[in-house]
Amino acid sequence: MSDRFLGLMESGRDMLPLGKWVNNGVKYLLDHSAAAFDSVGSVVETFATAVEHGLIAIPPALLIAVAIVVGFWRLGWKFALFVTAALLLIALTGFWPQKMVTLGLTLSATIISLLFGIPLGILCARNDKVNATVRPVLDFMQTMPAFVYLIPAAMLFGLGRVPGIMATVIFAMPPVVRLTSLGIRQVSSEQVEAGNAFGCTSSQLLWKVQLPIAMPTIMAGVNQTIMMALSMVIIASMVGAGGLGNDVLASIQRLDIGLGFESGLAVVLLAIILDRLTESFGVSRQTRETRES
Amino acid sequence: MAEAKIQVRNLYKIFGRNSKLALDLLKKGQSKDEVFKQTGNVCGVNDVSFDVQEGEIYVLMGLSGSGKSTLIRLINRLVEPTAGQIRIDGVDIAALPQGDLMKWRRKHLAMVFQSFALMPHRSVLDNVAFGLDIAGGKKAERNETSMKVLKQVGLDAYAAKYPSQLSGGMQQRVGLARALAVDPDILLMDEAFSALDPLKRIEMQSLMLELQRDHKRTILFVSHDLEEALRIGTRIAIMEGGNLVQVGTAHEIITKPVNDYVRRFFKGVDTARYLTAADLMDSTLNGHSYNGGPKVPSSTMLPEAMKTVLGLDEPVGVVDEATDQVMGCMTPKSLLVKISQEARHV
Repeated sequence: MSDRFLGLMESGRDMLPLGKWVNNGVKYLLDHSAAAFDSVGSVVETFATAVEHGLIAIPPALLIAVAIVVGFWRLGWKFALFVTAALLLIALTGFWPQKMVTLGLTLSATIISLLFGIPLGILCARNDKVNATVRPVLDFMQTMPAFVYLIPAAMLFGLGRVPGIMATVIFAMPPVVRLTSLGIRQVSSEQVEAGNAFGCTSSQLLWKVQLPIAMPTIMAGVNQTIMMALSMVIIASMVGAGGLGNDVLASIQRLDIGLGFESGLAVVLLAIILDRLTESFGVSRQTRETRES
Repeated sequence: MAEAKIQVRNLYKIFGRNSKLALDLLKKGQSKDEVFKQTGNVCGVNDVSFDVQEGEIYVLMGLSGSGKSTLIRLINRLVEPTAGQIRIDGVDIAALPQGDLMKWRRKHLAMVFQSFALMPHRSVLDNVAFGLDIAGGKKAERNETSMKVLKQVGLDAYAAKYPSQLSGGMQQRVGLARALAVDPDILLMDEAFSALDPLKRIEMQSLMLELQRDHKRTILFVSHDLEEALRIGTRIAIMEGGNLVQVGTAHEIITKPVNDYVRRFFKGVDTARYLTAADLMDSTLNGHSYNGGPKVPSSTMLPEAMKTVLGLDEPVGVVDEATDQVMGCMTPKSLLVKISQEARHV
């Protein structure tokens, strides 16, 4: 018996056709829920287009100036200098339009992730059963190789921006869910008791005690979500999402090391700017004031 | 005597599932350990009844795990009672529906916590205004009230700072001010000064007594420090394993401890300070040996008694305040004998 089992395993034959079932599942969705996917897709498309056009409408000089001012305000003159150099480099190497598309995709995917991720995180913090159900799903979303989402996304939503954003949302949402939940759970029991002792309703407790105290942790989650979204929208160029990813992809196909370096560097610089800026908003006000005094 | 402000009757708190079964077993007279073996439920507070008078500082004392923190949380139902009554001004808090309970907490019951439990995202002023904010007061009004209370605790200069910029003692002043700002008639203080260093602790106790002189509130104070209890407590209730084992004034606890558990708290505490002339006299030197020298009332405390006795060569008469009879005499020798007896605890 065991010999036969081992033999079968070594033969590499497919004993459990899990992949086939998944294929059938996606096909079933395509056949029966196409209308639902189309309407979700068109909402996402409208939203993402608006974000992208909005960003492109801003004159590059103005955007660079704003980035420098914000960089100076949050992190000081050294960072402002870095922002200036980085954005000029991107503009001079000719990647500005692609960078704006990538920024737009990242922004759209992040906003959608937060829109669903933060409420889900709050729910997880308040209800152990929801938490126990959601956790393995998050593990799955986060660790499944990112490319794998692109295929069903493209089948369900067609090629272009939408499948890229959908796959990105799935990949980038887990950190903000986890850290929102963690942040709320870490509010000390006496702080929650203080809220209750002074007569908080359940929603006052959430808005006036739990969320504000958890905010630095939640912002760390937002930061992680943005970073993961940025890395995923590059990969999403494989389904035609566009942006800097196109150049990266082209450099691989043409073995153009120079193009790969230029476009890759643009991604890295954008990532550093987004990371440091969002991180600076995560540091809570009282910590900042303590540092100053 | 007037009706007590807080009346607690047969209060139980049993943690765990199946608490009703455990309650029945306890009521049938089984011990907590037997109940734990049978049901797996832990009894936090076991059939506790007591009264707190209006304007009194009632100190709940006990070692950790004695149920004192659970008991104080039962009063404002941060912990739900398993059975029993908590009557405040005649209203049974234990039976209030959630909505009414919330209103009660906003108006009548404020709490101060061991770890301060301030909100790090709110300025000192906004922390003090927290209770008023929750209750829905206008911003200008609640800031004015909060500023007034901050002045009372001596922190008005720090209104715009954040809690993390203050020392522990100052943070707890904010915690106290937050509780006072809602003008509650009952203050619940859970080990409120235990996290502070000894000097700051005494400073806070004095501040509290001073505030209490201006405006008498009913205070329920949890502590594990007998010195603190003796200093601030109108009465002291000692808890052991979820039961109240003794309730009395500082003097009663010191002179008539009911068991060794109570006596254990005396270790390292200068209990002699709380002795009165009645404890210090030699009662064999009664009215007959009293030769008409100076007299003091029986409630005279040790420092005063010492001053009187040491300044004179003759025995000092101790007079029963009710009957005006001489009960006995104090001599330097009688003082030394009684104080050396107390010193054995230390």
